[in-house]
Amino acid sequence: MSDYVELFNLTKTYPTPKGAAVIVQDFNLRIKKGEFVALIGHSGCGKSTVLSMLAGLNDISGGGIILAGKELSDAGPDRGVVFQSPCLLPWMTAFENVLLGVNQVFFTASKTERRQIAEYYLTVVGLGDAMHKRPPELSQGMKQRVGIARAFALSPKMLLLDEPFGMLDTLTRIELQQVLLDVWQRTKLTALMVTHDVDEAIFLADRVVMMTNGPAAGVGDTLPISFPRPRNRAALLENTEYYRCREYLITFLEERAHRKTSLAKAA
Amino acid sequence: MTHEAVNTTVQPVAESAPVVPQKPRKHAELRMTDALRRLLSNMGAPLVSFAIFLFAWSQIAEHVKVNFGSIPGPLAVWHQGVILWDEHWAERAKEAEFYKDLAKHRAEFLATHPGQTFPDIKYSGPPTYLDQICTSLETVFTGFLIGSLIAVPAGILCGLSRTIHNAFNPFIQIFKPVSPLAWLPIVMILVSALYNPPHPWFEKAFLSSAITVAMCSLWPTLINTALGVASIDKDYLNVARVLKLGWWKKTWRIVLPSALPYIFTGLRLSLGVGWMVLIAAEMLAQNPGLGKFVWDMFQNGSSDTLAQIMVAVFTIGIIGFALDRLMLLLQRLVSYDGGKI
Ligand SMILES: Nc1ncnc2c1ncn2[C@@H]1O[C@H](COP(=O)(O)OP(=O)(O)OP(=O)(O)O)[C@@H](O)[C@H]1O
Ligand SMILES: [Mg+2]
Repeated sequence: MSDYVELFNLTKTYPTPKGAAVIVQDFNLRIKKGEFVALIGHSGCGKSTVLSMLAGLNDISGGGIILAGKELSDAGPDRGVVFQSPCLLPWMTAFENVLLGVNQVFFTASKTERRQIAEYYLTVVGLGDAMHKRPPELSQGMKQRVGIARAFALSPKMLLLDEPFGMLDTLTRIELQQVLLDVWQRTKLTALMVTHDVDEAIFLADRVVMMTNGPAAGVGDTLPISFPRPRNRAALLENTEYYRCREYLITFLEERAHRKTSLAKAA
Repeated sequence: MTHEAVNTTVQPVAESAPVVPQKPRKHAELRMTDALRRLLSNMGAPLVSFAIFLFAWSQIAEHVKVNFGSIPGPLAVWHQGVILWDEHWAERAKEAEFYKDLAKHRAEFLATHPGQTFPDIKYSGPPTYLDQICTSLETVFTGFLIGSLIAVPAGILCGLSRTIHNAFNPFIQIFKPVSPLAWLPIVMILVSALYNPPHPWFEKAFLSSAITVAMCSLWPTLINTALGVASIDKDYLNVARVLKLGWWKKTWRIVLPSALPYIFTGLRLSLGVGWMVLIAAEMLAQNPGLGKFVWDMFQNGSSDTLAQIMVAVFTIGIIGFALDRLMLLLQRLVSYDGGKI
């Protein structure tokens, strides 16, 4: 299979009084169609920056991004985004929040069809009974379910997730990881997910990309995760391979993430 | 005991805030005294202050002399209010009588002159106090509507674009502080020059007053709308960007609802300003509302003048208060945050 998404020499600089601050430099990544990639790295290294450039919400300073054969230039509904805070519109019900995007993408479909799409995804994430509530009435976990439904309902070319479960407690997080995996299993959308959580990365992803520390962060290493799908958390926890992966990622974060910094300084 | 003392003094300010008990209470009796205390401070305090106010007023009324005799006390003012109320109903009765007669005349005329038309005659008695209140309300709402129809779209544009905001800002800053008394002559001259339709819908005085109200009251709405739109959460705009919403859809479905609490705060302030401005505008423009009433009574200079004007003062105050509450109610109804701002 050929590459579906390609980030080549992606660079982000911010102008500061002391000259340009290079946040991300020469970030290269190829993702195959239907692949689920997790991006981990230390806080502040530039993970969100990379993701928001992919989403088109942040200008690209250098390099470029190709999605399905076309170079990206702007934000668009062909990339479903799930943010850390679900940022639902509080004056609309969960259903209306999802429908807003569906109407935008499937404007040729009939009204009933569009409503069915919204209802389908809300039901899949487990909100069949609560879809006509407004965000203030929903718990944090339920809001994030709506966020996931909203992103999937667009039937995007690609899914972008920025620490979608970062604000949830452990139990809710595990629950929602399962929800995400279930919906993803049905659609097999190409996905890039930023996370802090090593276990989450292994459980969900086909490949984990490790980022070096900023400034001038880039890809430090990648680790393929070859557990068969559909995955089962309990079975995974009994697999020694799981602990090997975990060890590898943690070692990278603890020891090798800094390496590029010294390289960059020397250069 | 010190805790409770603090509690009771704080409560009137934090009107609707939940009352956090300082100490856990064990006995139901203690809770009862707490509730009683709260009731006393919520209901009792205003009653006491009102009583003190009435007493001081009647004392001053008795001892201060003015040109037309003495200052009317609370009772005299109340009495005057009742007179104005009765006058209204007497006038209404006369009007009904007039139309009954007219109908009789018409029937007779049409019976004796078949094929001819009977002239359309309107009753032309003087406006009563209640009529004047209605005129004032009509005028203020017309002006408020005109002002809001300008201010909300202009505010949205200012909030959306830094450039437009910079272009508008000097005008906002310069025209905002201008008194209605300065606008009114200009408005009146323009209205009499430009508004001369053969069958006018509005009186010129009405239109001038309404436009002056609009000119003075649109600023709070404009500024608040611009602020509300400019301070919209960036996440919401990102949603619009990701979904590629068009300009209209973005403004209508995202920008406007998110700024609604601010807009309504502005509208509330605007209506308050408009109501205040209206009285002055009506005095000068001779629009037959409360302002003209006050002015006419002042010109009469009878012994009842002060009492009548004081009735007007209370009327104006109470209506202003009611308008404010009305706007608050509206805000709670339409805002997603339930009118917290
Ligand atoms: N507007 C800006 N101007 C200058 N520097 C910025 C700006 N926005 C972000 N940065 C810097 O870019 C770096 C990367 O930020 P980013 O949010 O991408 O990190 P992150 O890896 O997502 O961190 P976290 O894991 O905490 O979310 C940070 O060091 C931040 O200080
Ligand atoms: Mg981040």
